[in-house]
Amino acid sequence: MAKVKGDVVIDIEVCKGCELCIVACPTDVLGKSKQVNNKGYQYIVKVKEECTGCESCALVCPDAAITVYRKKKQAV
Amino acid sequence: MEEKVMEAVNAEENICVPENLIYQRPETLLDVPMHYCPGCAHGTVHKLIAEVIDELDIQGKTIGVAPVGCSVFAYQYLGVDFSEAAHGRASAVATGIKRVMPDKYVFSYQGDGDLAAIGTAETIHTCNRGENLLIIFINNGIYGMTGGQMAPTTLPNMKSTTSPYGRDVQTMGNPLVMTDLIKQLPSVYYITRQAVNTAGNVRKAKKAIKKGFQYQDLNKGTSFVEIVANCPSNWKMTPLQSNKFLEDQMFPYYPLGDIKVPEKEVK
Repeated sequence: MAKVKGDVVIDIEVCKGCELCIVACPTDVLGKSKQVNNKGYQYIVKVKEECTGCESCALVCPDAAITVYRKKKQAV
Repeated sequence: MEEKVMEAVNAEENICVPENLIYQRPETLLDVPMHYCPGCAHGTVHKLIAEVIDELDIQGKTIGVAPVGCSVFAYQYLGVDFSEAAHGRASAVATGIKRVMPDKYVFSYQGDGDLAAIGTAETIHTCNRGENLLIIFINNGIYGMTGGQMAPTTLPNMKSTTSPYGRDVQTMGNPLVMTDLIKQLPSVYYITRQAVNTAGNVRKAKKAIKKGFQYQDLNKGTSFVEIVANCPSNWKMTPLQSNKFLEDQMFPYYPLGDIKVPEKEVK
């Protein structure tokens, strides 16, 4: 298990579905939605739970649509 | 939407709380949807400039100069004072602004059709005078806004709407490498070439832009940051294909890295 747990929140109305974040993600967390947003772009959604909060997706996002959260896991 | 994602992600523990926030849209980047094509590097560079301005806390002291080109609407997206310049003359306008208000941070944001074609003279003379400003140069090797015509920086044999059989270097010349032209001028303090195609490169580009603003504070002279960028629409590619083209074709001709660094920093 990863020691850190992260999460991303994607602003689907700003997203243009360019897929740069999908290839930037080292844990393949992101995928493309089957629905479109108001502009007609297939936006990006989270499809898996392995996010580590590395912020790679947010860095490459040209529209700054991604907000990243990260928390260190407490030792159990 | 936010609530749904949060519920789906973690029913037992919610980590989307302000104390866990590590990355969000910078404040200086206004909450306006950008007109750029999907995957365009302009948005990323706007974001980096906004982040640097936020980090240095100079939002009230920064003046940008927008060019003619795709980034002509940069003033709509960045929450700092902006001036629009005639085609190619952004560095000349920035010179005037900086000389009248030397305590402000002034940067010009130009594309390759602007800086390397019609504005070559202004750029070279601004650098030769060593004006104390930051020039950000987005080099995507094509005229984006007008529909993909050949630019001076277009690669040999690269197709565009005005070179449909590829750029013929016999008749159209070789690509103009602006950084090589200006690196011989002693008044230029810092020249670097970066890209924003991967997360690592984005971090490096941000450092370069930050240095440009910091050198301006120290009154060092011209800083020139070239960003080798993609243009998915006019290269007729998807964003991912355009990044591949960037790595395969553009980087060999425009290698990334620092071209002129202050002497103290030379390792």
